[in-house]
Amino acid sequence: MSVATAPAPSVPRFRPWRFVRRNPTLVAGAVILIVMALLAVFAPLIAGDPIRMQPAQRLRPPSAVNWLGTDSLGRDVFARTVYGARVSLMVGLTVAFLSVGIGLMIGLLAGFFRTADTIVMRFMDGLMAIPAILLAIALVSLTRASVTTVIVAIMIPEIPRVVRLVRSVVLSVREAPYVEAAVAGGAPTWKILLRHIMPSTFPPLIVQATYICASAILIEASLSFLGAGTPPDIPTWGNMVASSRLFLSRAPWTIFAPGLALALVVLAVNLVGDGLRDRLDPRLARRM
Amino acid sequence: MSAEPVLAVEGLKKHFPVEKGVLRRVVAHVKAVDGVSFAIRPGETLCLVGESGCGKSTVGKLAMGLIPATAGTIRLHGTDITGLSRTQMQPWRKRIQMVFQDPSASLNPRLTAGAVVSEPLENFGDIPASERSDRTVALLKKVGLSSDAMHKYPFEFSGGQKQRLGIARALALNPSVIVADEPVSALDVSVQAQVLNLMMDLQEEFGLAYLFVSHDLGVVEHIGHRIAVMYLGRIVEVADRDAIFANPRHPYTRALISAAPLPDPRARREKLVIEGDVPSPQNPPPGCHFHTRCPFAVARCRVDSPALRTLKDGRLAACHLED
Repeated sequence: MSVATAPAPSVPRFRPWRFVRRNPTLVAGAVILIVMALLAVFAPLIAGDPIRMQPAQRLRPPSAVNWLGTDSLGRDVFARTVYGARVSLMVGLTVAFLSVGIGLMIGLLAGFFRTADTIVMRFMDGLMAIPAILLAIALVSLTRASVTTVIVAIMIPEIPRVVRLVRSVVLSVREAPYVEAAVAGGAPTWKILLRHIMPSTFPPLIVQATYICASAILIEASLSFLGAGTPPDIPTWGNMVASSRLFLSRAPWTIFAPGLALALVVLAVNLVGDGLRDRLDPRLARRM
Repeated sequence: MSAEPVLAVEGLKKHFPVEKGVLRRVVAHVKAVDGVSFAIRPGETLCLVGESGCGKSTVGKLAMGLIPATAGTIRLHGTDITGLSRTQMQPWRKRIQMVFQDPSASLNPRLTAGAVVSEPLENFGDIPASERSDRTVALLKKVGLSSDAMHKYPFEFSGGQKQRLGIARALALNPSVIVADEPVSALDVSVQAQVLNLMMDLQEEFGLAYLFVSHDLGVVEHIGHRIAVMYLGRIVEVADRDAIFANPRHPYTRALISAAPLPDPRARREKLVIEGDVPSPQNPPPGCHFHTRCPFAVARCRVDSPALRTLKDGRLAACHLED
């Protein structure tokens, strides 16, 4: 009987170039995002002052001094675009992390404890009906415009989506024989939830988090554009587009720079999401 | 063999409600288990056999307290454990453990073999953490796995090895009863025998009692001491292994055994072929559940449900025509 000798575990060697070839979307998205993130973090070293106004230098086209030109108040468009990445990325990441974290907790409890389920899910359906933009406008008019308000306003309608996703995974896993085996082995409820059920929710959640991040960045920009988001003194892409729209025909660079940056970041986040989905979905799982 | 039974079940019933519509109105009940009684003595293997859907696996889950019973009592070492809450059931889990049907699905794919086997030890904390890994290695060795299996993940094992892990996990708490729900039906025939022999060796070493659920008469003949035959939620016959195979009494048992293949192609056996399908457990026939397919059924079988009673040779059977 050769039961004692299990086959030697084969650890696949990591081949970077092969990984890039097989996951082009994931790598492309990640590279764009990393460059953007580096620009945002090291903004003070790369770009000039995004706030300093030089009325004499208004609406100048791109030049050696102002790489992407200046806006209607003579502020450097390149500096403002780079600093704008800070707000966009921060809002995107914070909303993604918080809504996934909160949604994960609620979803685990709703999926596992059936008594809580009906009530929690009806409440979540209610939250889902609130459009982020309306909620943000309401919150901003009640309190005052700030990045925190924007984050809260975008997060609230996203949480129910995460809850639904987590709950559906919990419902399918809770009946799995290995969960039943854990119950038979005397595992306490918290251990069943955290050790046996929760890890199954991670692959779909990671993918969902990237989509939430992309939509949060877009909604933040929309809110700033509408004047219901980040206060106008903070450079954000939405604010830049809003203040430049009157000068579109005279100084198109003022609107192209933030618009392109926004499109690029959202594209990159979505590419990462698609790439991760392909890698994490067991039905599409391929070797590295 | 007159020792106190380790597991005794009396009049056990499980009716699953069938819900319909938005209001989840209960429109019917699936009578998966409908009045089952048996007792298992220490060191004994009682096999529950029957075709798919007769409720044999449900009996195993009920005995484990994994699903609540509709009626009846389950006694473990003489104590009634029916309807205990999860916390109340906790100390009893050490006495009764389970081996599952599908060894791949019953092991968490994200935990190493060591984590799987030591988890029950961790849950009860009877063994200090420092000794847990020694105990885990000992358990793995006991079921024929080497100590380097500790750090491997379930997908790195073969089917038979996975079931050995499942057995090691069930042994971890030193139970007196193990409910084995079709433990070898997912394995290759060559591996089945190895796992069955392992289970029999462990039974001898630890004095384990098995409630062995199976549909495979060959397996049952190999491992069983006593056999209980189930049909549509009820036990129709209980007897020692040799008596059942040599001389089945209930018509359903006779049909079941005559349908099992014999290893010797020239051997002849009484042929009793029954026709038709198993009636729906949602709406079982009145009287004897088997009368719709029984070639010997008489008028009384259609109205009067036969109780499981002791026949002259000492076995139990539920048939009006046997005595």
